[in-house]
Amino acid sequence: MTAVAERVVASAAETFARRHRFRWYEALPWLVAVAGYFAFPDYLALGSQILATILFALSVDLVLGYGGIITLGQAAFFGAGAYTAGLLAAHGMGAPVIGLLIAAVAAALVGLISGVVVLRTHGLTQLMMTLMVAVMLHEAANKANTVTGGADGLQGMEVGPVFGLFHFDLYGNTAYFYCLAALFICWFVMRRIVHSPFGRSLTGIRENEARMHAIGSPVFRRRLVAYTISAAMAGVSGALVAQTTQFVATDALGFERSGNVLIMLLLGGIGRLYGAFIGVPLYMIAQDRFAAIDPVYWYFWIGLLLVLMVTFARGGVLGIVDRVGAVLRRRR
Amino acid sequence: MTQHTSVLNFAAAAGVAALLFAGPSPASAETIKIGVISTYSGPMATLGEEIDHGLSLYVKTHEKDLPPGVKVELVKRDDTGPVPDVAKRLAQELVTRDKVQFLIGVVWTPCGLAICPIANEAKVPFVSTNAAGVTMPRLTPYFARTSFTLWQVGLPMGKWAAQHGYKRAYVAVSDFAPGHEAGDAFTKGFTDGGGTIIGSVAFPLQNPDFVPFLQRVKDAKPDVLFLWVPAGPQATQAMKAYNDLGLKNAKVTVVSTQDLVPDEQLPLMGNTPLGLITSGTYSTAATRPANKAFLAAWNKEYGNTLVPDFMAVDSWDGMNMLFDVIKQTKGKFTADQAMAIIKHWKDPNSPRGPISIDPDTRDIVQNVYIRRVEGVNGKLANVEFETIANVKDPWKEMHPAQ
Repeated sequence: MTAVAERVVASAAETFARRHRFRWYEALPWLVAVAGYFAFPDYLALGSQILATILFALSVDLVLGYGGIITLGQAAFFGAGAYTAGLLAAHGMGAPVIGLLIAAVAAALVGLISGVVVLRTHGLTQLMMTLMVAVMLHEAANKANTVTGGADGLQGMEVGPVFGLFHFDLYGNTAYFYCLAALFICWFVMRRIVHSPFGRSLTGIRENEARMHAIGSPVFRRRLVAYTISAAMAGVSGALVAQTTQFVATDALGFERSGNVLIMLLLGGIGRLYGAFIGVPLYMIAQDRFAAIDPVYWYFWIGLLLVLMVTFARGGVLGIVDRVGAVLRRRR
Repeated sequence: MTQHTSVLNFAAAAGVAALLFAGPSPASAETIKIGVISTYSGPMATLGEEIDHGLSLYVKTHEKDLPPGVKVELVKRDDTGPVPDVAKRLAQELVTRDKVQFLIGVVWTPCGLAICPIANEAKVPFVSTNAAGVTMPRLTPYFARTSFTLWQVGLPMGKWAAQHGYKRAYVAVSDFAPGHEAGDAFTKGFTDGGGTIIGSVAFPLQNPDFVPFLQRVKDAKPDVLFLWVPAGPQATQAMKAYNDLGLKNAKVTVVSTQDLVPDEQLPLMGNTPLGLITSGTYSTAATRPANKAFLAAWNKEYGNTLVPDFMAVDSWDGMNMLFDVIKQTKGKFTADQAMAIIKHWKDPNSPRGPISIDPDTRDIVQNVYIRRVEGVNGKLANVEFETIANVKDPWKEMHPAQ
């Protein structure tokens, strides 16, 4: 009896240990990103926006995919980070990396404060609360004309060179690697988090909150921590976009940004860490190509793509990969 | 049989030879790429359509006037609305990837403000055919404008209102730079003429509900209301709210710039705007021969599906200016040479009357017309009844560059 229990514990421990071992395919996104730099030197501006958006989608994945917190207001943190980096650069503090860190802290603060309120609610109410936080910040940025430039956007950002060495150039070389480095670091941190006991307890809360309460897990505190970390990541993403485009406008806080990132994440696959790496490029490249071919009706093609994905590929692209994998294994 | 085959062979050989000789000439032809950034999708797509149609129509009707071997290609991109980071990225891609030699179009001032630094860094002439933000030419020497500034049209409206017996004005504008500029310009013209402003209010730019704002205006009982929203669907919504609240019966006269009654929206407004007075630079109802020719070309191309408004004409004129640069240089020019021509460009025969670029500010000098909405042949039209000739942008005269 005890031997069986010991074996069960040992095999469980083995499973967990295996879980965060690196697999060969985890290197793929980074190889593709570096290869993309050399293969498409004319597309670096789009490339760096894709990288920054992947980070944004990752932040959503942490709260939604792992924490089970339904959010339509992630743009609040994106915008907070973007405006923090933007205001710093507009007032003579243009060092990008420091700007990035301060933006992360500012966005985390917004996440922490709003999280205390938002996370006390559930379901639809929670959804509306997250939306409300973003809408309120959007309106505040719109009204604070003298600080943010209102609907015209923040003027006069001057971003310095990275580490005092690499200037942001017109072709986007610096921007691309800057975004790639930031994404890599955040991805590494997030990977550690979701495979840690903390990450497992988050998944537990997502799957069965009452049970987690019952085993004494501090549900609210766990969620708040996840929400804050996610906000910080979204803030970094916003700061990246602000610094690389050297412009911030109120659309950084807009509802469309929160909505679009959800769609991108769903396309890739939610709660899987790599969904963002597939969904975001898929959506943004499709959008770029459709809009270049047909600037008037491109929304139609995007819509068609989404309808097809939702109808035939629940669980996103990674869901298809899973199913194909399962079929192949059964054949064997 | 053999003879027949040899004839065929000869014909084929001649054909191949002809192809070979004809081949190099289009290949060596100069293609000037012009990047168009405009709003092609979303609720404000009609504005982008006006700009697109104006630009494309000019290219289509004047392609034949280009120097031999020179072609023009429009590379069109959708900024999706007032979203500056998208506009900025598109501009960046157009100059680095598509190697365009001009940037043109742009509905929104925020987008234009974001594009200016790119034009400056890449040294690509950027012509705004709508975005009216007054400070844009100061951001880069490679910027020029064929549309207007709100100061240019707003100030004469204020002066006119003060001269015509109105004393107490209320100012209601959209809450972004062009709206505030229009309001400030009207205020300056009106107060300089002896009137007083009794209040002002700003609508949000995105999805505004006009009723509560206009109710406030009605309660303040002004005798004239300066009402400004960006041209397009919002203009019709604002007029609807004006009608629903009975402001007309409350003896509140509405004045504005042409943005409130664009010719393209007039058919959707019913009889509400009858008698409304606006200042503007272009009306389809104008009887100038150049305008008649423009309208004929437009109707031939687009039929009655879309009525051209000032944005279409501003874009038509903008493309005319670029064509002049291409013609004068035979298609070979640097950005500085292009700007040298643009700075001194003029057209005495635009559909909106004589226009020219002010070499000092690179803003446009043009006539401002005071117009009244009247029924003409069973349709509403902005009928011009007063002309203020050759108006420069007053803001730049009031705020000289340091």
